[in-house]
Amino acid sequence: MDLEFNEQERAFRTECRAWLEAHVPRSPLPSGDTREGFAEHLRWERQLFDAGWAAVSWPEQYGGRAASLVEWLIFEEEYHRAGAPSRVTQNGIFLLAPTLFEFGTDEQKDRILRSMARGDVTWGQAWSEPNAGSDLASLRSTARRVDGGWRLSGQKTWSTRAAFCDMAYGPFRSDPGQTRHRGLTYFMFPLHADGVTVRGVDRLDGDEGFAEIFLEDVFVSDRDVIGEVGRGWEVAMATTSSERGLSLRSPGRFMAVATKLIELYRRYQSSCDPAIRDQVVRAWMDAEAYRWFTFQTVTRMMHGEAIGSASSMNKVFWSDMDVRTHETALEIIGALQELDEGSASAIDRGQWMKGFEFALAGPIYAGTNEIQRNIIAERVLGLPRR
Amino acid sequence: MRFAFNSDQQMLRDTVRDVLRRECEPEVVRRVWEGRWEQADRVWRTLAQTGVIGSAASEEAGGMGLDAVDLVLPLEEAGYAALPGPFAETMAVGVPLLEALGGDEHKSRWLRGAVAGELKIVVVFEEDSIAPHAPVVDLVIAQRNGAGYCIPASELRMSEERSVDRSRALARIGFSPNDRYLMRTDVDSQPVFALARERAIVASAALLIGLSRRMLDMTVQYAKDRVQFGQPIGAQQAVKHRLADGLIEQEFARPLVYRAAWSLATRQPDLRCAGSMAKLYAGEAAKFVAKQALQVHGAIGYTTECDLHMWMKRVWALSGANGDATYHRRRVGEHIL
Repeated sequence: MDLEFNEQERAFRTECRAWLEAHVPRSPLPSGDTREGFAEHLRWERQLFDAGWAAVSWPEQYGGRAASLVEWLIFEEEYHRAGAPSRVTQNGIFLLAPTLFEFGTDEQKDRILRSMARGDVTWGQAWSEPNAGSDLASLRSTARRVDGGWRLSGQKTWSTRAAFCDMAYGPFRSDPGQTRHRGLTYFMFPLHADGVTVRGVDRLDGDEGFAEIFLEDVFVSDRDVIGEVGRGWEVAMATTSSERGLSLRSPGRFMAVATKLIELYRRYQSSCDPAIRDQVVRAWMDAEAYRWFTFQTVTRMMHGEAIGSASSMNKVFWSDMDVRTHETALEIIGALQELDEGSASAIDRGQWMKGFEFALAGPIYAGTNEIQRNIIAERVLGLPRR
Repeated sequence: MRFAFNSDQQMLRDTVRDVLRRECEPEVVRRVWEGRWEQADRVWRTLAQTGVIGSAASEEAGGMGLDAVDLVLPLEEAGYAALPGPFAETMAVGVPLLEALGGDEHKSRWLRGAVAGELKIVVVFEEDSIAPHAPVVDLVIAQRNGAGYCIPASELRMSEERSVDRSRALARIGFSPNDRYLMRTDVDSQPVFALARERAIVASAALLIGLSRRMLDMTVQYAKDRVQFGQPIGAQQAVKHRLADGLIEQEFARPLVYRAAWSLATRQPDLRCAGSMAKLYAGEAAKFVAKQALQVHGAIGYTTECDLHMWMKRVWALSGANGDATYHRRRVGEHIL
């Protein structure tokens, strides 16, 4: 056991920090979940890519640095510490790319990864359907075999940033004779093609961050199938462990929030209920617990162990922690907590309420926490399914 | 950054686990509850033969020079088995303290036996009003007015107290501080006791993780076996979610405990903060798991016929020992705020 960073890791941190200090925009960009903010975020993404920071853990041939998982965590710590813009390329880089590395062909990786990391082509996730949320296997969108490819039809929903994205990916029923987990195929498809209608949906926090996608006989060629035809469920499940696990929500993000919470508490300490102090301490400790849990997980992964269902524990932990931390911040702010972004007297530009609203999505997306608890109980503890 | 145990550490864990699995069944703990220590003493002797009890002593003193990281897994196993007696206190705290602070006479009289596992030791810190295990130890190392004293238990005044965990013998102790007991005065004993205190904190955190794991294992088994409404109760979502939440609390406390052990072994500047987080999270997780375990067991869990109560009561005892939640939360708060 050696919980100190080695020389190479320390040098990596120094390099990250120096670059971020020199380049992170002085004033925050408008939300990346709005149309104008999205465009500004893409310019930032390009800057990141050109300097080699867009996807540090990827092989160099795709624009990465072949960084180790520990180095990736260091990058994330520094990124959030610097208050750098949120990543609008996230659904590509952290959710589709791991799938391509596992199931994609060389042609797909060559074609897709660099343009994804550079922000030239942006990606949205198209999994949920109006009647297939937690029960994803009940999805009804179809893929019909045609010459040289497929025709996709149906409706996808809750696709983050799909209103502004170029492409999307998700499972479709390619074999109408099969049900549930069988007969699904994983596709990538264009959002600006004939037969696609995208309708933005305003989220709880007011941003047009969601979209519904309607597909009517949308043509997709064979080269946009990921993995084997009929094995879409397995491909999708490989993504979920990245989504629930560390790649979606690295500890650096929560450490930065906890640090900001401590600063907030220091400012308003004298007017706070004394019980708040314990909550602030807890928020910081939770972030630490998540950090050390993650270093333990990453060590296992670097020794070739598969994490699998244990990633469901991450999901429940970080999402509940995030809500609690923001609730504590709002308690500190007290009467002024209702002042939203853009309100002149809002504390910290109203970011705590905005962050709280966003945190509330955590226990819902990427598989609700109820589903995660079922997975933990059945696959980690071994309790009977029914 | 490498957050994993090496093969020697895993081997030592396996050795201790095997001994405890073979010899320290719940029945042995139950006997101790009835005041019968014979079988528990036999377990102690077997553990002594493995060398683990004196393992934190230096090699010159006959030990293995093991550090807090080496000891954390054996301690977790001791918690898992609810091993009665001052195992953690002797192995992780008493032996290193005796070696560091014992005078020549104390060492020649006690150290060899302590390292060989022939002696049970407990350390009583300045702030402790109750001495755990005092009625069953051979030697008490006490901190009084800044000085260390090493006293044979037979020479102490003792008035026994009663723990909710009947396998934990408790007493208030008294002694006349004389030169015969006085430990080294040529070194400042304050930092040595402070370090011993940190060892005790991390050791109890490790025991709590083990206790929690065992309660969870017992309860998962019970939830699989117990049939109501024609199916195992563990198939019910309400039961599943309780146990999933228990596992999450336990598994997020666990790396904090290992990290605290590492901070202690490598003398990190924030070792006190790390130890407090470990003790706090392990204690809170174990108490939470105890509550879930009892609820899932239902009425049978509310009896002393079911083994669960011995584990729960050990948790209630240890979660307050070596600094309760308030104490540790305050220490972390002082560090960060």
